[in-house]
Amino acid sequence: MPKLIKNRKIIDDQWTLVRDLMEQAEALSSAELNLIVPLPYWLENRDALQQRSGKSAVWLDSHEIPSALGDDWNILELIALNFPVFTDGRAYSSARELRLNLGFKGEIRAIGDVLRDQLFYMSRCGFDAFTMRADQNLESALGAFEDFNDGYQVSADKPLPLFRRRA
Amino acid sequence: MYRYDNYDHQMLTDRIAQFRNQTDRFLKGELAAPEFLPLRLQNGLYVQRLAPMLRIAIPYGMLSSRQMRKLAYIADYYDKGYGHFTTRQNIQFNWPALADVPDILAHLAEVEMHAIQTSGNCIRNTTTDQFAGCAVNEIEDSRPYCEIIRQWSTFHPEFAYLPRKFKIAVCGTQDDQAATQVHDIGLFIVRNDVGEIGFRVLVGGGLGRTPVVGKEIRPFLPKQHLLTYLDAILRVYNREGRRDNKYKARIKILVKETGVDEFRAKVEKEWLDLKDGPLTLTNAEFERCKSFFHDPAYKPMSDSNPILDKALSSDVLFASWYYQNVNAHKKPGYAIVTISLKKTGSAPGDVTTDQMNFIADLADHFSFGELRVSHEQNVILADVEKESLYTLWQKLKSQDLNADNLGLLTDIICCPGGDFCSLANAKSIPIAESIQRRFSDPVALRDIGALSLNISGCMNACGHHHVGNIGILGVDKKGAEFYQISLGGSVEDQTSLGQIVGPSFAQEEVPDVIDKIVSVYTTQRRAGERFLDTFNRIGIEPFREKVYAKAD
Repeated sequence: MPKLIKNRKIIDDQWTLVRDLMEQAEALSSAELNLIVPLPYWLENRDALQQRSGKSAVWLDSHEIPSALGDDWNILELIALNFPVFTDGRAYSSARELRLNLGFKGEIRAIGDVLRDQLFYMSRCGFDAFTMRADQNLESALGAFEDFNDGYQVSADKPLPLFRRRA
Repeated sequence: MYRYDNYDHQMLTDRIAQFRNQTDRFLKGELAAPEFLPLRLQNGLYVQRLAPMLRIAIPYGMLSSRQMRKLAYIADYYDKGYGHFTTRQNIQFNWPALADVPDILAHLAEVEMHAIQTSGNCIRNTTTDQFAGCAVNEIEDSRPYCEIIRQWSTFHPEFAYLPRKFKIAVCGTQDDQAATQVHDIGLFIVRNDVGEIGFRVLVGGGLGRTPVVGKEIRPFLPKQHLLTYLDAILRVYNREGRRDNKYKARIKILVKETGVDEFRAKVEKEWLDLKDGPLTLTNAEFERCKSFFHDPAYKPMSDSNPILDKALSSDVLFASWYYQNVNAHKKPGYAIVTISLKKTGSAPGDVTTDQMNFIADLADHFSFGELRVSHEQNVILADVEKESLYTLWQKLKSQDLNADNLGLLTDIICCPGGDFCSLANAKSIPIAESIQRRFSDPVALRDIGALSLNISGCMNACGHHHVGNIGILGVDKKGAEFYQISLGGSVEDQTSLGQIVGPSFAQEEVPDVIDKIVSVYTTQRRAGERFLDTFNRIGIEPFREKVYAKAD
């Protein structure tokens, strides 16, 4: 089973990411698999997806913003955010909006071009799960979460900015 | 000056360890060059024409004598004995070895300095008026707010991979000395009808390929909302700024394409979710940051000083420097001294190791151990007793630091250009020198009066050519270096962008062309008019005719 990092641990991935509706038609029609489907597919097939025995989640591409989900974020236990390339920083804003503005409590998973050297900022923005790019070493990537002891801003793990915490 | 506490120190320590690890992995081949690129850029490291270039942040231009000595040490030990002050109040070293950079950063950390976010598509060093806290016409000292922004922007996890770089300037004085209107965000400190402090917020200014003067999106932002509002602007930009074309990726293009009203509406909508949240600034934080910038121990003194008066009447060279390079101070008996780094024959903004150490000593003796760097690439001693000015000038003279050309044509703003920079289309330092040589007569130079001349070696406009009264831009014409000249730019209250005179010129023609442009002004000016005033009255045509006139 493929691995991912969640809550700073390497675990088995229980989900199937559906990136391509045509190529992955078989997975999509499965009743049991836990699926992460593209946003447009979710919006069109929400009811049918929820009646499956497997669980359903959504992934947003970097140009898709959380408000496109309407209130659905409430019923989702996982939202994945895609990095087409690691230098496309839009998903950082989506993660912060979900975690800090909306108060989403479920899993926020980074998918796509996810590399070790971005993990720390991602985690501060509210990502807690990371499907790393295939060539990345998961064991050594865990070290990235320890890169900094603290940060100045409001973050997912520190609800108060440093200036309200300084002793 | 701001002093680091344990939190600030720890973050810097962590950053150096992080970058050391990244550099090691890159040198071992474990980290691919395209993936290392944004990491090294956000640590100030470019790969340049001849060697890597390291750009070190000087937050809002403030420097202690101890920090200046550290820069001198780095120049001496890791570089070739000099550094270059930039138009964003930073300093660049042109010759460090990549493998040494983590060690250089560790040296800098000892004196609370770093190279964080001096490059890359992130929030860059916040800049301000070099006379902040000492200026006569100041509404409030901008530096505490700059420090608040520095901390908010440092390692901001959401905004490290923006569509493009992002520059913020803050201005607390009525005469804008910080080029505030040509920044991605320009903040003017203002007071409202009931005397509260806030910010007039401009957005979408910038130079580069598409020069734009910033547009107001909020006439008054109460100061406690500063950071939530900045977060809102940056989030809209991070989401919606163009990522398909790097030349259209700056916020100015987004504001232009969206329309300022629509853009404002988006920011305000985003702000509603952040406003009054935990990022709202507290009085305790304002007081904490202000406490670092309290007045030094000024002595009560009379504003007129007999020693100064005597020197002014007996030494014309000193008097010439005094009238050009010394500005009024808010405290009686004190003055603001600008050390011009524009002596003919040395590259504008360059300082040697010896000069850095010397200037640091001067700061200790004459100005409470502090220095500032201006976006015009000069160094300022902001708190000098008038009684000491003559002694100070004699010392400056002994080290060739007494150029008396502040604000004059030879006080040229100039990027490193094609001699160093791999982006440049053309050289800029030799052009500056050829113009300085042409205008070497001090009497004639003074007669020409206030005139800003800015040179950039390419469209990226690091030399601010768009906002020079005379702007010179290096262009590539079929592999040869040419220079396009524009007139009428300004970063004063009425910031304006220069108009292009016409077809560009070869390098050797430039001094003659500048001469002709200046002669149009000197023959047409009315009493009291500066170059810019005459230009605004008569327009570009008389200059164009003169410059392109066929030889008789």
